[in-house]
Amino acid sequence: MSKSTMSARFRRVDVDEYDENKFVDEEDGGENQLGPDEAESHLSPAVLRCILNPPCTGNLMEALHAVLKNPPINTKNQNVKDRAESLVLKVLSAFKSSDIEKGVQSLDKNGVDLLMKYIYKGFEKPSENSSAVLLQWHEKALAAGGVGSIVRVLTARKTV
Amino acid sequence: MSLYSFGLEPLSCHTWNKDRTQIAVSPNNNVVNIYEKKGKDWVKIHELSEHSGRITGIDWAPESNRIVTCASDRNAYVWTLKDGVWKPTLVLVRINRAATCVKWSPLENKFALGSGARLISVCYFEEENDWWLSKHIKKSVRSTVLSLDWHPNNILLAAGSADLQCRVFSAYIKDIEDKPGPTAWGAKMPFGEVLLEHKDCGGWVHSVSFSPSGDQLAWVAHNSSITVADATQGKEVTQLTVDRLPLLSVLYVSPTEIVAAGHDCCPYQFTYKGPGALEFVKKLDIPKQSSKGGLSAMQLFQNLDKRASEEESIDLKTLHQNSITQLCVVSGEKAKVEKYSSVGLDGAMVIWDFKIQ
Repeated sequence: MSKSTMSARFRRVDVDEYDENKFVDEEDGGENQLGPDEAESHLSPAVLRCILNPPCTGNLMEALHAVLKNPPINTKNQNVKDRAESLVLKVLSAFKSSDIEKGVQSLDKNGVDLLMKYIYKGFEKPSENSSAVLLQWHEKALAAGGVGSIVRVLTARKTV
Repeated sequence: MSLYSFGLEPLSCHTWNKDRTQIAVSPNNNVVNIYEKKGKDWVKIHELSEHSGRITGIDWAPESNRIVTCASDRNAYVWTLKDGVWKPTLVLVRINRAATCVKWSPLENKFALGSGARLISVCYFEEENDWWLSKHIKKSVRSTVLSLDWHPNNILLAAGSADLQCRVFSAYIKDIEDKPGPTAWGAKMPFGEVLLEHKDCGGWVHSVSFSPSGDQLAWVAHNSSITVADATQGKEVTQLTVDRLPLLSVLYVSPTEIVAAGHDCCPYQFTYKGPGALEFVKKLDIPKQSSKGGLSAMQLFQNLDKRASEEESIDLKTLHQNSITQLCVVSGEKAKVEKYSSVGLDGAMVIWDFKIQ
């Protein structure tokens, strides 16, 4: 057949980029947000030991509150987010089943929403025993936060 | 409370006439049906069919007795009653996407139309040429306008949109009205001026409602939250997250009480007393406890087999069996609402009584 003599380079142009009405998400600078990892420095040694050396019976409540502080919501750095997620997962797995409810009760509304976000993030990458633990946490967090907290996980533009 | 079912089709929108003897509804298609109350029933007396697309908004102006309808066919019509027949007049809205909502202004000399074309069309009647003209508010709106509400001063317009923002615009049209005096929202109000822009409401803003005085603005967003902005307190915004499914419609029923309803099929009452003081009061649909007759073992297992549930009835315990999409004041002035109505995806219209405890 005849060879096409016209250049086909136009097919590689992304016309949507040039649409002046294109919706651009506004991102405020989240580069300085560090997440709970970097904030390790103000976690007490006992708490740190507890998080990094399971199993532990140390002050789990404190550990829970500490890892839920400073969530890496605004940053685009995937490493920071992953580190935060694994830290939270470690703390959640360290809790005894009977203590989970008390842990959830000790959180305020925003804390429960944040916990839900981490739980669903954890579901995304299931590992050895994580799903079972997360499901137990999910049940208690749902009792505290209601379906509204799950809706907020789904609608959040910036998440952990 | 009384429930009336208009059929199986969801009701997209509804509006009442001045003395609440007639209601205009659209059953999720391109016609508007007007029903009149005869005893306990609603009898259909008119059918308004001029639109070619699904009707998305209807509003009935009580004093001038005109109905404005808008649809996904990018048109709006103003209907006037002549010799017992509703006659449509096309409005030149000049939008290139579907219209989503429409509202008459308090003085009924203009109306606002929200659309998917990322603009609000404020339409007024021009006597000279005997037609409806429109002016566009495009500033800073970056996605579909989902809901509108007018301020009592007939100039300010609140708009909630799908770009997760809630705004208050000025819709002052100098051809038809006098210059407005200053309000708590601002003093300079040229057409299209943005007096409040709240970014990141958490989700699509489904519905907005001004308080009776116009000094507070409440809105509900898709992240299951209700928010109030207070102009008298420096436009401070207070948000309350709800632990239920998202709310779709919000209505101020008194200077401090707010009713909101949505995907939970049940209206809720909230109260706003000042910045930081937005609270949930109670559920407004108290289900009647249905008497459970003794179920025989056979019936129990049959139910379990057929419906995976041991209960006899699988209906929701609320009056509405599906999401409530719109709330409307029925009786009482805006500052002291006595009855309000709700329509939903289940094709039912319920009139609720409201009492301040």
